[in-house]
Amino acid sequence: MAHTTPSTPTYGLMAEFRDPETLLAAARRTHEAGYRRIDAFSPIPVHGLAEAMGHRDRKVQTAVLVGGIVGMIAGYSLSYFTSAVEVPWLPAMFSGYALNIGGRPLHSWPSFIIPTFETTILFAGITSLVSMLIFNGLPRPYHPVFNVARFREHASTDAFFLCVEADDPRFDRAETRRFLEGLGATEVNDVEH
Amino acid sequence: MSTEITRERLPAAPDDVPVIAPGQSLRTVTEKVSDIVLRKKSPLFWFAGLGVGFLLLQLFLLGVTRLLFVGTGIWGLNVPVAWGFAIINFVWWVGIGHAGTLISAILFLFRQPWRMSINRAAEAMTLFAVACALLYPLFHTGRPWLAAYWLLPYPNTMGMWPQFRSPLIWDVFAVSTYATISAVFWFTGLIPDLATMRDRAKGAFAKTVYGVLSMGWRGSAVHWRRYETSYMLLAGLSTPLVLSVHTVVSFDFAVSLVPGWHATIFPPYFVAGAIFSGFAMVLTLLIPIRAVYGLKGLITERHLDAMAKVMLATGWIVFYGYMMEGFLAWYSGNKYDWFVIWNRLTGPYWWALTLLILCNGIIPQTLWSRKVRTSPVLLFIVSIVVNVGMWLERYVIVVTSLHRDYLPSSWGMYAGTFWDWSIYLGTIGLFLTLFWIFIRVLPMISIFEMRELVHRTGHEDAPVPTR
Repeated sequence: MAHTTPSTPTYGLMAEFRDPETLLAAARRTHEAGYRRIDAFSPIPVHGLAEAMGHRDRKVQTAVLVGGIVGMIAGYSLSYFTSAVEVPWLPAMFSGYALNIGGRPLHSWPSFIIPTFETTILFAGITSLVSMLIFNGLPRPYHPVFNVARFREHASTDAFFLCVEADDPRFDRAETRRFLEGLGATEVNDVEH
Repeated sequence: MSTEITRERLPAAPDDVPVIAPGQSLRTVTEKVSDIVLRKKSPLFWFAGLGVGFLLLQLFLLGVTRLLFVGTGIWGLNVPVAWGFAIINFVWWVGIGHAGTLISAILFLFRQPWRMSINRAAEAMTLFAVACALLYPLFHTGRPWLAAYWLLPYPNTMGMWPQFRSPLIWDVFAVSTYATISAVFWFTGLIPDLATMRDRAKGAFAKTVYGVLSMGWRGSAVHWRRYETSYMLLAGLSTPLVLSVHTVVSFDFAVSLVPGWHATIFPPYFVAGAIFSGFAMVLTLLIPIRAVYGLKGLITERHLDAMAKVMLATGWIVFYGYMMEGFLAWYSGNKYDWFVIWNRLTGPYWWALTLLILCNGIIPQTLWSRKVRTSPVLLFIVSIVVNVGMWLERYVIVVTSLHRDYLPSSWGMYAGTFWDWSIYLGTIGLFLTLFWIFIRVLPMISIFEMRELVHRTGHEDAPVPTR
């Protein structure tokens, strides 16, 4: 939120943990304590961590399914309309060729399966990357968590973090800090905007 | 708690060689891999490797310049062999390009922990090999600047469309999709590592470039979850794709009616051959690289052993394919089919078939020996032999099926000219150049997966530094 005036004096509190197991336990307890605007950060994927914070969605899966179906329809339609349909009233550039190739029927669908298969994979694969980035809000050039020095130096190497954001209704700077320290955090830092 | 984090127990290693040398921590593996890129000075052997590639690349530029000025007449192509080096090299390169996605996707779905330290380099190799492959059909059109409307379907004022009933158009779709999805898969795998590089880079320029490429990745748990979903889906999509690519390439031959090409065994045996040659090329590249970069702790003998076993298995599928080709030509009672096989065995290209059997059938049998599989030097030699053998396989398939057709008066011989060879060696130069540049600017081993591996195998005896 670099461009808008922040509503809170800091972005939140960043607690650091020794290992993924402690982080997972801490994230679960923080969620159970009623905090909702929280996020955990780790240099390796930690299974069950997002779920422990109440995150559930199947957006990427859905998007990839839709992408694949769109690709399939696109590929088949392309093959069909360019190889089997001639529309006299359309300009030549949009009309297909209805040519007799080796006596095959115009709608020679087995030949069209291969381009259809390829476009299905193509659309689904690209959707997989693009939807993951979009739903994750990436690319994002600036984010307040990078203002924590420990985070910059260790988050992508060997340290595990839990961030409670200041706009969480339960957030209280002193009390939340105590709470995080009680979860076994090795240190807790303020996150500047 | 730890049972929830550990995705699955590692399968018991078939032998005592680990997939990662003991004594590594999250920090040491990160440093080990990223420092190869982030060090200021390039080592001397890097210049030597790049130099060899770059010199060969000049042959490519020379050959292509001449080709564009004069035309495809400078190649050895002529009736009856109107399909020579261009298709041989295309198939060879596409085949080599199979190992990367196989290692990344199929071994990922099978949860093979040994894939983790070789998948990045193998995927890069795939991309570069496919790029080299695509150059051949493009230049074989003679006028690559017109190839857009010959190959790609888009509405144009000439009202031209490609022919969707033609295997050549299937091939365009298959290989271009494969190239695109391999690039997407590779980039997806790179995102967390680019973030690591961004955080570890010292120079402002490197920080900016890695920062932009990493898309602002910050390792959020929610992001990781979607990331892993996306990666898994890409692996699932790539698996049928990788098996389909060489199937479609084989259709270029099998769908025709030429004796020697028109065979239903082609798709599976082409795919096996592709994996065979791909793994050979991965070994050819990684054996020297792990030695010069001191990565023997990350790319261990276990990896060499596993890749050698894949080669042995796929080599036998390929060899079975050769035998079945011969058997079916005889058993079908079709005299034209039998003539092609007989001509391969005893005709003027008998030497190519003999060398092929030696390279792909006999010499790889040394891989039954564990000693050969774990000896870098011997394995390197075998991998080179297999690369040569797989090139000869395509040479035999293409040339011997064409050079003597139904009318003895139209029989002929084929040989590559200087320009054929210069472009072939030139693409090897392009491949090596791209690979050495890749090693210098991107982490050649997936850092976050190595960290995951360290965490899972519990080799982390150095504690996480927390002041």
